[in-house]
Amino acid sequence: MFELDFSVIPANSSLLWEGIKMTFLLASLAIIGGIILGTFLALLRIAKIPVLSQFSAAYVNFFRSLPLILVIFWLFFLVPLIVGKPVGAFSSVLVAFILFEAAYYSEIIRAGINSVRLGQLAAARALGLTYFQSMRYIILPQAFRAMTPILLTQAIILFQDTSLVYVVGLRDFLVSAEIVANRDQRLVEMFLFVALVYFVICFAASIGVKYLQKRIDNEL
Amino acid sequence: MNYKKNHKMIRMRSVNKWYGKIQVLNECSLDVSKGEVIVVCGPSGSGKSTLIKTINGLVPVNSGEIIVSGINVTDKSTDLDQMRSKIGMVFQNFELFPHMSVTENIKLGQMKVLGRTDENAEQKTKILLERVGLTDHAHKYPSQLSGGQQQRVAIARGLAMEPMAMLFDEPTSALDPEMINEVLDVMVKLAKDGMTMMVVTHEMGFARKVADRVVFMDYGKIIEDAPSQDFFGSPRSDRAQEFLSKILNH
Repeated sequence: MFELDFSVIPANSSLLWEGIKMTFLLASLAIIGGIILGTFLALLRIAKIPVLSQFSAAYVNFFRSLPLILVIFWLFFLVPLIVGKPVGAFSSVLVAFILFEAAYYSEIIRAGINSVRLGQLAAARALGLTYFQSMRYIILPQAFRAMTPILLTQAIILFQDTSLVYVVGLRDFLVSAEIVANRDQRLVEMFLFVALVYFVICFAASIGVKYLQKRIDNEL
Repeated sequence: MNYKKNHKMIRMRSVNKWYGKIQVLNECSLDVSKGEVIVVCGPSGSGKSTLIKTINGLVPVNSGEIIVSGINVTDKSTDLDQMRSKIGMVFQNFELFPHMSVTENIKLGQMKVLGRTDENAEQKTKILLERVGLTDHAHKYPSQLSGGQQQRVAIARGLAMEPMAMLFDEPTSALDPEMINEVLDVMVKLAKDGMTMMVVTHEMGFARKVADRVVFMDYGKIIEDAPSQDFFGSPRSDRAQEFLSKILNH
């Protein structure tokens, strides 16, 4: 039996803090990029031009059929080949997350667009707004409003998924903790701590989402 | 008032529309002159709403020709967005934009389509809200308004574009009875000010009061197109007589 010694955490706080910052930076850029690309894919999907909607559908099906860890791994090797020079783990991982998550976000946003009454588009077009203006000012704002809780839930999943960067050795929170754990031989303490931090952040966020959902339900 | 009625505002010729195998418009032809008020009535499913939506191209037709103030709506090369901004449309379910205040609803088209400045759009909005009697509600959201108030905002939103004609698609059928009159009053005022109007409605009181002509539709066909006195005096077709006796006998 051994004794738990949590003093290893404050002793390595700056390294761990750098790791947490990396996790948040990666997650937030991936969420923003994923939602932008996802919106674009959703708009292609509902377009009345078959080749565009088929492309979008194929994209979504392709990425939803692959394990995320494989996409991260592949892009780590592929991106430098495509660009022709080393790009660093962070860039390749960020591209992987954006490409992968966009497939999921696009399905959520498409459902959001479909939840807006058809008459809204008719009313917008009747005013003389173009199709894209109607999307931009009328349909998408309502779609995002209705879908905010689900988009945030997906964001929480993405936040957890960022720990998969482990496979390419990017120093996120998990990798930083592992470095400390191995070096100081405090595996149990460090992985308990990591679990606790992920749990607190994600649990708090999901309570926030529930509260938000209630508010939106009351408004609609 | 007749001096302005020789100019054709809307001209439909042999318009046909199918949804799949169902023909919803069958050889519809119709003329509306400037300043005229036309009421379109008929049983539900007779194609009235579809007919009115073909005029600003919201519903594309399969064949036939529609010309609005010299612009060919059915011609593929026509800039429909441009054309639509010149025709106001009011819907059965109001279709105000729920995420925007009353003022923002009325300003949006003015700024994004007509390119008016914020200041000019605001000014125009104030005048219109006064005209429909909703000055005090300028900063409310649609969900905070009654159905009648929402529909009056929708009319103001259409008028903000300074349209050459206004289309109304059953503007009062989603309203509680006590709110119907406040909307009809605004429409009567509009008609008396000389606006060209095409109104799909079952409000025969309104039709009697302001309509120049009544168009009766059934099974996608225009069965009767007559001056309103003639229509209410003695409709020529049996179907129209039957329809009138049904909706006027209570």
